[in-house]
Amino acid sequence: MEWFLANSAEVFSLAGQHLVLAILPMIFGVIIAVPLAQLGRQNRGLRSVVLTGSSLLYTIPSLALFIILPTILGTRILDPVNVVVALTIYAVALLVRAALDAFDSVDEDLRQSAVAMGFKPFARFMQIDLPLSLPVLFAGLRVVSVSNISLVSVAALLGIGNLGMLFTSGLQRDFVTEVVVGIIAILILALLMDSILVLLERLLTPWTRAAAASGAGTDAGTGQAKPGTAAAALRLSRPEAGGGTA
Amino acid sequence: MAEAMIEFQNVTKQYQGGQAAVDGLTMSIDKGAITVFVGPSGCGKTTSLRMINRMVEPTSGVITVGGADITSVPAPQLRRSMGYVMQSSGLMPHRSVLDNIATVPRLNGVSKADARKRAQELLDVVGLASSLGKRYPSQLSGGQQQRVGVARALAADPPVLLMDEPFSAVDPVVRDELQQELLRLQRDLAKTIVFVTHDIDEATVLGDKVAVFGLGGKLAQYAAPEEILRAPANDFVASFVGRDRGFRHLGFSPSDGVTIHPVRPVTPEQLRQEGSSGDWRLVVDDALRPLGWAGPGPAGAEPVMVAGGSLFRKGDTLRRALDAALSSPSGFGVAVDDDGRAAGLIAAAEVLAVIESDRNIRHGGL
Ligand SMILES: Nc1ncnc2c1ncn2[C@@H]1O[C@H](COP(=O)(O)OP(=O)(O)OP(=O)(O)O)[C@@H](O)[C@H]1O
Ligand SMILES: [Mg+2]
Repeated sequence: MEWFLANSAEVFSLAGQHLVLAILPMIFGVIIAVPLAQLGRQNRGLRSVVLTGSSLLYTIPSLALFIILPTILGTRILDPVNVVVALTIYAVALLVRAALDAFDSVDEDLRQSAVAMGFKPFARFMQIDLPLSLPVLFAGLRVVSVSNISLVSVAALLGIGNLGMLFTSGLQRDFVTEVVVGIIAILILALLMDSILVLLERLLTPWTRAAAASGAGTDAGTGQAKPGTAAAALRLSRPEAGGGTA
Repeated sequence: MAEAMIEFQNVTKQYQGGQAAVDGLTMSIDKGAITVFVGPSGCGKTTSLRMINRMVEPTSGVITVGGADITSVPAPQLRRSMGYVMQSSGLMPHRSVLDNIATVPRLNGVSKADARKRAQELLDVVGLASSLGKRYPSQLSGGQQQRVGVARALAADPPVLLMDEPFSAVDPVVRDELQQELLRLQRDLAKTIVFVTHDIDEATVLGDKVAVFGLGGKLAQYAAPEEILRAPANDFVASFVGRDRGFRHLGFSPSDGVTIHPVRPVTPEQLRQEGSSGDWRLVVDDALRPLGWAGPGPAGAEPVMVAGGSLFRKGDTLRRALDAALSSPSGFGVAVDDDGRAAGLIAAAEVLAVIESDRNIRHGGL
């Protein structure tokens, strides 16, 4: 505790860097994954390319990615851009699948009625497919958020500033307090991010609660994308995910 | 008679690798009237309907609306000039009832405030409390959702309404209610409505004209509902219409317009004395209660008595009047008074005429 008080400025600054490194890839991930998923809906061929591609990306070990990326991107090994790009790749891999599932789960009758009302394709996507996919997308984002926050610490091995540095330096100096503070800080960060996402989702999808409150639920043919489908989408396994700090 | 609004000219739709879903359809749909497409499942009703707003493009043939080929305007623009209601309400679950209704005006560039104001009015038009406007669709009953669907289809005041089994998913009581409501609306609005159903009862209740589709997307008969019931064009139509079907709605109609003709009944005694004649004779007991009919036969021959049909009590519904007339061997239904005494006869042809004019009144015609 004393150590934390003495070094709180340092810890907060590391936490800030950690957060930036974790959040940026989430934003880029959504921006890239949503159009990719939409592309995957055009036909069967594209769909399997998109899905297989994203699954493959997810299997690349993170440390390897952090090391390979600089040579591909021409960046220095210490450049935080590497971390952002690497985590964006994982985020895309996860979110493409979630988004595809979410779009698929939008009721076909609803889509037909939108066509019948004279929606053009882009307006239909923005006003119907996308908002109705939000619950599933948010479920995906919450997984990405936790995974990103833990993965960012791997980058500390390369000396890129974040809370993971508390582990590396703590271990080097055999100073347990620092490691513990690092773990707690990362936990708090993950919880914080998760709460923000939950809050954001509640703000953006008020109708889901109305449905639940009325007891009608989302099964009453309302065409609502169900978060349950995200669970299936997220059942990807990457043996090394988040475990690189040991 | 009526002016044509929608015309199919030799329209065929062939989906990939199947036989034709709609085969050489040529028909003209009257302006300001309800035209019902009816037929068994898979006979191409939905396909025909969706070709009108270009959700399905014909393989060949031309469709015109108001005289203009529908391919002459961009599809989204065409669709906004036609309300569309389908079986599942197709409402957007993430938008309030008001915003759902306001959809098409909003797409047409009407301001949010104006569109909502119009939506609020429409709630009233379709018989929904204005307080429901703020709710989400999932907070409404199935019947209420269908009403919202109708309001939404009416929002941009399109001249044409396309309705694909809009009332099939609600329970029978609500369905009757919605049907009557649609007829009431139509009296004020006089839209050109194309209504798809596989229920012949619904078709006869709603339709000014009924198009019976046969398998393979062929138009089997296209006529006023009474004509289809009275004179099915072929065996297919006859079996589809069914013997007793199509008259369910008469169960709700009063029979005031049916004339009761005076009758001179005979007792079995009198009948034996008088012998057969060239006419059907109504036979009653001493208390004037009907016993049956004596068939016509050679003068003086031993009369044969046939059991009579169902009885018609004054004040009964049209349905009972028709039953009585059709079930009687003589072609005349027997009307009885409250004590069950024979009071007169009703003629099948006249009952049918009343049914027809009754329908015309309900539809605001004549
Ligand atoms: N998108 C499609 N692709 C291929 N075949 C189709 C498609 N839509 C309909 N069909 C076929 O075309 C035929 C007519 O279908 P349609 O939906 O028009 O029938 P319907 O009369 O509306 O039937 P229902 O009463 O069951 O709704 C059916 O044999 C159906 O299988
Ligand atoms: Mg159909």
